[in-house]
Amino acid sequence: MGSANKAGQFVWNRKHLLGLRELNVEEITYILDTAKGFEEISTRSVKKAPPLRGKVVVNLFFEDSTRTRNSFTLAASRLSADVIEFTEKGSSVGKGETLLDTARNLEAMGVDIVVIRHSAGGAPKLLSRNINACVVNAGDGYCEHPTQGLLDVYTIRKIKGSLKGLKIAIVGDISHSRVARSNMWAMTKLGAEVTFVGPPTLMPPQVNKLPVKVSYSLDNIIEKVDVINMLRIQFERLGGNPFPSVREYSHYFGLTVERMKRAKPDILVMHPGPINRGLEIESEVADGKNSVILQQVKNGLAVRMAVLFLVNQAAAQET
Amino acid sequence: MANEILIKNGLVIDPANKVNRKCDLLIVDDKIAQVGRVEKAVQSVIDATGKLVVPGLIDIHVHFREPGDEEEETIASGSTAAVAAGFTSVVCMPNTNPPIENETDVEYIHRKGRQARKTHVYTMGAITKSREGVELAEMGFMAEAGAVGFTDDGNGVQDPAVMLRAMKYAAMFNVVIAQHCQDNSFAGTGVMNAGYFSTILGLPGIDSLAEEAMLWRDIQLVKKTNIRYHAQHISTAGSVALIRAAKKDSLPVTCEVTPHHLLFTEECCAEYDTNYKMNPPLRTKKDTDALKQAIADGLVDALVTDHAPHLQSEKELEFLSAPFGIISLECALGLYVKALIEPGILDWPDLIKLMTIGPAKVIGIDRGTLGKGKQADVTIIDPDATYTVDKNKFRSKSRNCPYQGWKLKAKIEKTIVGGELRFSL
Repeated sequence: MGSANKAGQFVWNRKHLLGLRELNVEEITYILDTAKGFEEISTRSVKKAPPLRGKVVVNLFFEDSTRTRNSFTLAASRLSADVIEFTEKGSSVGKGETLLDTARNLEAMGVDIVVIRHSAGGAPKLLSRNINACVVNAGDGYCEHPTQGLLDVYTIRKIKGSLKGLKIAIVGDISHSRVARSNMWAMTKLGAEVTFVGPPTLMPPQVNKLPVKVSYSLDNIIEKVDVINMLRIQFERLGGNPFPSVREYSHYFGLTVERMKRAKPDILVMHPGPINRGLEIESEVADGKNSVILQQVKNGLAVRMAVLFLVNQAAAQET
Repeated sequence: MANEILIKNGLVIDPANKVNRKCDLLIVDDKIAQVGRVEKAVQSVIDATGKLVVPGLIDIHVHFREPGDEEEETIASGSTAAVAAGFTSVVCMPNTNPPIENETDVEYIHRKGRQARKTHVYTMGAITKSREGVELAEMGFMAEAGAVGFTDDGNGVQDPAVMLRAMKYAAMFNVVIAQHCQDNSFAGTGVMNAGYFSTILGLPGIDSLAEEAMLWRDIQLVKKTNIRYHAQHISTAGSVALIRAAKKDSLPVTCEVTPHHLLFTEECCAEYDTNYKMNPPLRTKKDTDALKQAIADGLVDALVTDHAPHLQSEKELEFLSAPFGIISLECALGLYVKALIEPGILDWPDLIKLMTIGPAKVIGIDRGTLGKGKQADVTIIDPDATYTVDKNKFRSKSRNCPYQGWKLKAKIEKTIVGGELRFSL
């Protein structure tokens, strides 16, 4: 997708943002460039622009979320859209409305963009096949979290200039992480070398077929990387007993002050939040000079504005 | 006066008797009376020139959902679909609601089958009460009522000691114990094959180990008990290796394969289409190749559909939440032709064997052959006729079929069950 117009310029033509796996470099770069333009709006005294005026954005969240949801709400508001919050607890099995029935209802209300978070991988895709509105994936199971991936590469690009040739470690529960997957797609497409770091019990099946390196030792790679993205241990997703204790996990995979001493001085420390302080990352590191965690949050807003803007534009072109 | 049907000039294929020649077949009442040149004048004559005349097809793995889920399928709708697809006998799985776990349940299935007057309808019974894998179900009473085997299909019996007890106990009744091989501690909450695709799709996977670990365990139990054991819908190269070894050791182990495990791989799940969600899940090309090799090598005893009807409203849920299973009964023969005859893996007699006498032997019923004096279950096939699969015309009540729009060969012309013409194109 993504095509050139008569003048040879890139034209964004996706009305859904379902994941970063399906995007090419031009598309990813185009979103990042668009986001750059939107960053300025948040610095104005009147933090609003009109592109989505009269449009309805629904936040359809089937899973708990604070920052992603608020970020989308704020992004939509800054673009002057009307925002509906739609929260469904639990999945659609058994009691309650199915996702498609919900979609049909939203359609009847005439929404323009659905921002969906769901515990099932592929739910946004299912929705996109059954609704005329634009669909933006705000996290589906452990498949993708495209806007997180985008804001992460946006943050890196902003500071480092480019991702080409950068060595990036993503540390933690790779197996259950949509952030790891979206990061991997975006970062590798933009030319970075990504290493997944964590215990083998938290690596997904056939991880060797992914475009990444794999390491079971944070100590072995800490000196080499330009960026380290610490994933949150998601206790709610961990099945069984993938590591013996939190203590032992922290010992091998925690980003400690001690370990940071061996890192490159300009290493970027990232975390998608919320942080388990003292578990995957020590407070001093999370709040330290290398940490860009709050910049990630700030940049997320611009990236989400760009995404909402672009999908809406593609939908408008379609009609 | 006797009721006679003469089928003239067909290519009669009867693998059990090594018959594969152009001749006539005479049915008198409900029995095969003669195979050969028949010069007798009878009232009912079917010209089968250019057609295959084969023993009625047998599918030993179907879900007709009755009792409990009649909105998905009934024994009447399922057996109507089956007879139109050339099947004269089917074996229902006991994972109904409630499950088939005593003689009354077995008799209920048989009665519904008789009332439908389409195919012979058999059933397996549950191995354990409520299919929970804890206490043995009343296998004796069920066997006496005519259950043709036992399985907790949908669930594998997890506890090895319970499985051993079931096998030992079954020795009293000369029945087959069938298993849906899946070790739940490996399968977890998986919804598709564990591998590259489950990883990029963000879906929990079912490792092939889940199937192989239980199959390996069960084969050890067979060595201990020497009971007839049937591995249902095997799906992995590792399972093929285990079956190969077991057969080499002359153990009483049989197995079955479905069309979808021959025709599809895990990659089909890439768009989250729930018509590719089944259990065992679709695997890899290495696995489909191994299954085809197993069939070519004569290691597979029966081809089955695992016809598993589900409501549209259930199948349009998220991939994670939708139920496992698809339907393929009404295009089964065409699918096997595509998967096995067209690539030259099997010829017609070998395919017919795996759809007639092969499955009949697994469950120990005296059908699946055109021998003189045998039950007159006969299917007439036009091997060259082509058609396009249209699930909206299925006689089944459900539509969860991934083969929509496929162009297939081999049409069912007529199906004769117990000497009665029950389906005619």
